[in-house]
Amino acid sequence: MNTRIILLASMLLAPFISLAQNGAKLPSATVQSMEGRKVDTKTFSNDGKPIIVNFWATWCAPCKRELNTIAEVYDDWKDETGVKLIAISIDDARSMARVAPYVNGQDWDYEVYLDPNGDFKRAMNVNNVPHTFLVDGSGTIVWQHNNYSAGDEAELLEKVREVAAR
Amino acid sequence: MWRREIVAALTAAVCSCAGTLVNAQDGGQVHGNFSMDGQYYNEDDEIGATVPPERFGFNSWGNLIYTNGAFTAGVRFEAYDPPLLGYPAGQPYDGAGIGYRYASYSIDDLEVTVGNFFEQFGQGMVFRSYEERYLGVDNAMDGVRLKFRPRPGVYLKGVVGQQRFGFDNGFTKGPGLVRGIDAEFSLNELLPSWSEKPHNLILGGSFVSKYQEDRDPLYVLPENVGAWAGRANFISAKWNIYSEYAYKINDPNNKNGFIYKNGQGLLVNATYSTKGLGISAGAHTFDNMFFQSDRTAPTPFDLNINFLPPLTKQHTYNLPATLYPYATQPNGEVSYQGEIFYKFPKDSKLGGKYGTKVTVNYSAAFNLDSSLVENDEGLEGYRTNFFSPGERTYFKDFNIELRKKLSKTWSLAYTYLNLVYDIDIIQGKPGKPKVYANIHIVEGQYKFTDKNSVRFEVQHLDSKQDLGNWATLLAEFTFSPHWFVAVMDQYNYVTPGNEFHGSEPNRIHYPIGSVGYIRGGNRFTASYGRQRAGIFCVGGVCRNVPAANGLTISVTSTF
Repeated sequence: MNTRIILLASMLLAPFISLAQNGAKLPSATVQSMEGRKVDTKTFSNDGKPIIVNFWATWCAPCKRELNTIAEVYDDWKDETGVKLIAISIDDARSMARVAPYVNGQDWDYEVYLDPNGDFKRAMNVNNVPHTFLVDGSGTIVWQHNNYSAGDEAELLEKVREVAAR
Repeated sequence: MWRREIVAALTAAVCSCAGTLVNAQDGGQVHGNFSMDGQYYNEDDEIGATVPPERFGFNSWGNLIYTNGAFTAGVRFEAYDPPLLGYPAGQPYDGAGIGYRYASYSIDDLEVTVGNFFEQFGQGMVFRSYEERYLGVDNAMDGVRLKFRPRPGVYLKGVVGQQRFGFDNGFTKGPGLVRGIDAEFSLNELLPSWSEKPHNLILGGSFVSKYQEDRDPLYVLPENVGAWAGRANFISAKWNIYSEYAYKINDPNNKNGFIYKNGQGLLVNATYSTKGLGISAGAHTFDNMFFQSDRTAPTPFDLNINFLPPLTKQHTYNLPATLYPYATQPNGEVSYQGEIFYKFPKDSKLGGKYGTKVTVNYSAAFNLDSSLVENDEGLEGYRTNFFSPGERTYFKDFNIELRKKLSKTWSLAYTYLNLVYDIDIIQGKPGKPKVYANIHIVEGQYKFTDKNSVRFEVQHLDSKQDLGNWATLLAEFTFSPHWFVAVMDQYNYVTPGNEFHGSEPNRIHYPIGSVGYIRGGNRFTASYGRQRAGIFCVGGVCRNVPAANGLTISVTSTF
């Protein structure tokens, strides 16, 4: 019964509060930088330029395809739009030690953080990886995409351009 | 009981929400996600797929999170009507109801959470509550958590509560109470003399204890079991060295045969990396480290207080990932792993136009060198030489991977694996001979246009043990950004000389087709065909999925 009450209450409240992630600010969660610093995710910023927040893991093949594909054109994207890509690894204690050597071994230029117990993943309501969010210059989530297929990076770049032009 | 708590939490959430509606223009935000997996089962004797009394399996859940400034409240509704075959990993889930609810706020440097929460201390050797929803692993705490940062560089955490056990129209809880504290010091942030240094040292320590009443008529069982751990992490631009040691006082339980021996564990990991090169080396040992909040927990998946990560590579290709994955042996193991990532640079002899990537990985796990205690009056069970591997090899995996983009339209990858797998110990199949397998995998991708492409995988495993040989063919057509269509066939065949014990397996094909549609945060997929029995893993844990024939439909959504 209470379940229904909760769902009903949420539905009734929905019109008055902003619903859904698109349009929301980045939530607060603690992630760990490659240098071992604890960073609050709500402080992610890029001097008013867009940010791509990408959830991935070393055991996720499409995630690695996506980030490796973008890595090849990342310099061009940065020059054109000023965008910054933040890669959030959800690797847990089993594989988190592999993240730094993998990232360097692939020669990635991204800002990489560890989310070993899924705190940021949960706060962003991510079901499975890869999941990509686009955040505008004011820190508002404006677009998201689940999954990766070859060519998806074209749509992402289009959205980044739109946001950068605002 | 907890229903009242939910109403209280919800009332608080609603009041707070309504309050801000009046006070502020920003009325807070509601967001969440949804996931549904439905499966229709056909009878299929050839692959051993059985049809449950209810032909449809159905797992679904939805999370709603409300945030307003420093206040957050969340609830997850779950429904298993009935659960998919083989789900969850541990204690059964049944019915529909609330699986998780919490409220939390932070004020200055203090954060308070009441209700359910997930938390881990260090790498989790003495405490980790976590979830892997798609495996049905969830040992969420239900209680109170405090996080406090008294000054920069000092992080304190305290937790108390009971753990989620199963699900019966709402989550059920285990009988034990878990309490723990953790402190972490980051010298860069803490000491002015360190603040400008190009390296950092992070030190941490935790203490966790569980309480469970002793109702045993014969033995005096410890009702309070304490465990502690200490850790150090040195980080510089190129180096990362991590070590954690854990110790647990005697904790007789049904996993260790009710012995009164203390437990301990050590993990060490070092990595070195620069642009284009990454090297990692690690070693683990665990001795009698099962730590569950019920000493008679029915399975190794339930009520785990700690997490002991396996030190082996988690593979992504179907055959190595789901046939012979390794699982930590908490009662005793010693394991090692080394890995090198290297990128031959662009325009070099071996790099070519786009560069060439190579990964070499080796891991091995052994039993712990131990001997039984004679005249064991203290019920100590066995004695062991700490960090000394025994003669039994549980697992060995040597693998090498080459990846190369050949042109604008073509990329190729080749992977070779050599596996040794103690199926008796790891999968609990006594008497089955150790599996030796070679796996070759070729993966390619061809882009027809910028948005349309095909990706294919050809995998082959040869083995004279267990189920014999496997071949897998996969073709996946993607039409970015919305559609994909995939077909896969797995073929199981046995060649002469197989040491398979039991009935001879037939030559069996497992064809399956899938189609998917993705838009934004929504994903719909449907598959029809045969799925072979396998071990499905996420992160460090795995569950057995039985063979099935039928239709699977999945929907996931993030909003």
